[in-house]
Amino acid sequence: MDQTTLNIIVVGLSFALYFGIAIWARAGSTSEFYAAGQGVNPVVNGMATAADWMSAASFISMAGLIAFVGYNNSTFLMGWTGGYVLMAMLLAPYLRKFGKYTVPEFVGDRFYSQTARIVAVISLIVISVTYVIGQMTGAGVAFSRFLEVSSTTGLWIASATVFVYAVLGGMKGITYTQVAQYIVLITAYTIPAVFISLQLTGNPIPGLGLFSEHTATGQPLLVTLDGLLTDLGFTAYTTGSSPWLMALFTLSLMIGTAGLPHVIIRFFTVPKVADARWSAGWALVFIALLYLTAPAVGAMARLNIMTTMWPNGVEGEPVAQADLPDWFNTWQVTGLLGVEDKNGDGLIQYYNENGAGMAEMAAERGWAGNELVTFNRDILVLANPEIAQLPGWVIALIAAGGLAAALSTAAGLLLAISSAISHDLIKSVINPNITEKGELLAARISMAGAILLATYLGLNPPGFAAQTVALAFGLAAASLFPVLMMGIFSKRMNAEGAIAGMLAGLIATCLYLFTYLGWFFVAGTNMLPNNADNWLFGIPPTHFGPIGAALNFAVAFAVSSMTKEPPKEIQDLVESVRIPRGAGAAMNK
Amino acid sequence: MAEKAKNSEYWAANIRLVTICLVIWAFCSYGLAILFRPMLSGIAVGGTDLGFWFAQQGSILVFLVLIFFYAARMNKLDKEYGVDEE
Repeated sequence: MDQTTLNIIVVGLSFALYFGIAIWARAGSTSEFYAAGQGVNPVVNGMATAADWMSAASFISMAGLIAFVGYNNSTFLMGWTGGYVLMAMLLAPYLRKFGKYTVPEFVGDRFYSQTARIVAVISLIVISVTYVIGQMTGAGVAFSRFLEVSSTTGLWIASATVFVYAVLGGMKGITYTQVAQYIVLITAYTIPAVFISLQLTGNPIPGLGLFSEHTATGQPLLVTLDGLLTDLGFTAYTTGSSPWLMALFTLSLMIGTAGLPHVIIRFFTVPKVADARWSAGWALVFIALLYLTAPAVGAMARLNIMTTMWPNGVEGEPVAQADLPDWFNTWQVTGLLGVEDKNGDGLIQYYNENGAGMAEMAAERGWAGNELVTFNRDILVLANPEIAQLPGWVIALIAAGGLAAALSTAAGLLLAISSAISHDLIKSVINPNITEKGELLAARISMAGAILLATYLGLNPPGFAAQTVALAFGLAAASLFPVLMMGIFSKRMNAEGAIAGMLAGLIATCLYLFTYLGWFFVAGTNMLPNNADNWLFGIPPTHFGPIGAALNFAVAFAVSSMTKEPPKEIQDLVESVRIPRGAGAAMNK
Repeated sequence: MAEKAKNSEYWAANIRLVTICLVIWAFCSYGLAILFRPMLSGIAVGGTDLGFWFAQQGSILVFLVLIFFYAARMNKLDKEYGVDEE
């Protein structure tokens, strides 16, 4: 059986499982559609949250990001996990106590203002739509690479699948599908990592293998890697630079994570406040299983690449073009990996042309430049099973895992978007008298509409798709996180302060990004070149989240202190969200 | 009124606990893993230094412990102050 057939079988089986769950977990009420009837076990919710959170970026790209940069990109590891500490202590339990369905609903009720609610809806939609584009294109690419269909066909299959379980089951269907998707993705991620760790260090746990002895050289794996890299002019793997920027970027990712609406709403699905606290812990357990493995995958893959290119050590002859391993040739076909024998010696020299002293070394040894000309970082995880020479079914599993990661995140985002439309716009603003049945239908139609929009954007990705991820995180950090936190922790915060703060955070973040990346990300319309000389206090646009959040807090408190305090019943509402008692009753009022 | 005083005492206890947890959270991730890393460079861990370990693994493990500690402590406080959900 050839690899493509095997891939189709494994991916097909995983999809059949998702469809089965969709039929079993149909939603019969708005409570089930928006919040899975608030009956989800905290461990199950933790697992669903992990799949909801870990997107194509975590599954496919993160190990590559770490592999080619090393220590400095630890920011992603800490940033994308540390946000859960904020979520568990500052948001999740209180928002669960509030007991409603959407993030804008809390903002609107707490700040007794439809304007505040609509500003929150706008933030939510901008954040979630930009985020979902990446998931849809990711799913399309995974289909085209593994199943040999065009990425357009792949995208349609992906959206049809999400359509079935999201429109039928809403949050209930999505929750249980996400659990299945988590199991698929973590299995797919772990198996190749375990084998690679065994091959290199003899330790079956990749996270421990990373800090173990490299069997072939008898010295610690990271020492071997650092040595090979510095000999070839690269920066050592464990070396860091600009600690303050690293800290700022980590903070930006943490606050952004805590402010992402599609993750926050997952905590509305558990029965009790105490469960929301446990559930955040379980979510991080399941996320950590991948995040503790990813840095090992990164370092080990980098080492594998170095030893593949320099089988006789740096002093010896590099690999001959004819002797490159099979996986090299497979990936070269895709154009994501490329070699060019510049000096025509039949050997492939991989080194950093710009490294200190490398020009002299090249002249001495007759090299004419780096010959591993292309190495797309995203292929690391995808090529892992081939690098470790694992059987075909493991490669098929990676395909299913990548799709599970993209689809589970897409579904969570789509639910956040559609519930904001049906619940916060239709039910709250346009037609408050809508019946329960009418709202459920509206929710399903909104979901279908959101899927079509996401598919359209996936097929015609705007040129700025890559930059908008920075926008999503920046806006979540600068608009939603502060307003939610103040809504809980400050009884004095009033509608005027909250609205002014959210707008200040939103506008400042957009302006800062647009100044350097172009108005609405249109290339060439930026007012200042995007480099360190022009950044305000040397802060890159991607690191602006915490500054936007600080502005939001400052403006909110200033405006609030100049305007009158919120009414008595709102102060009582704040007191009630702080106390777990009565969480069940809050639903029925 | 008594209930109100008790509730604000409960809230103050929560704020204290959150503050302690977040100080540890920041100290491990921003401190040990990034800003104080040069000071810890003498402590060797598996071929590198303690700061590197905190950046790639240690912080995540600390985050996990913090969330479970907070959940356990709060769920106990809920009962002590009689504000739990039963």
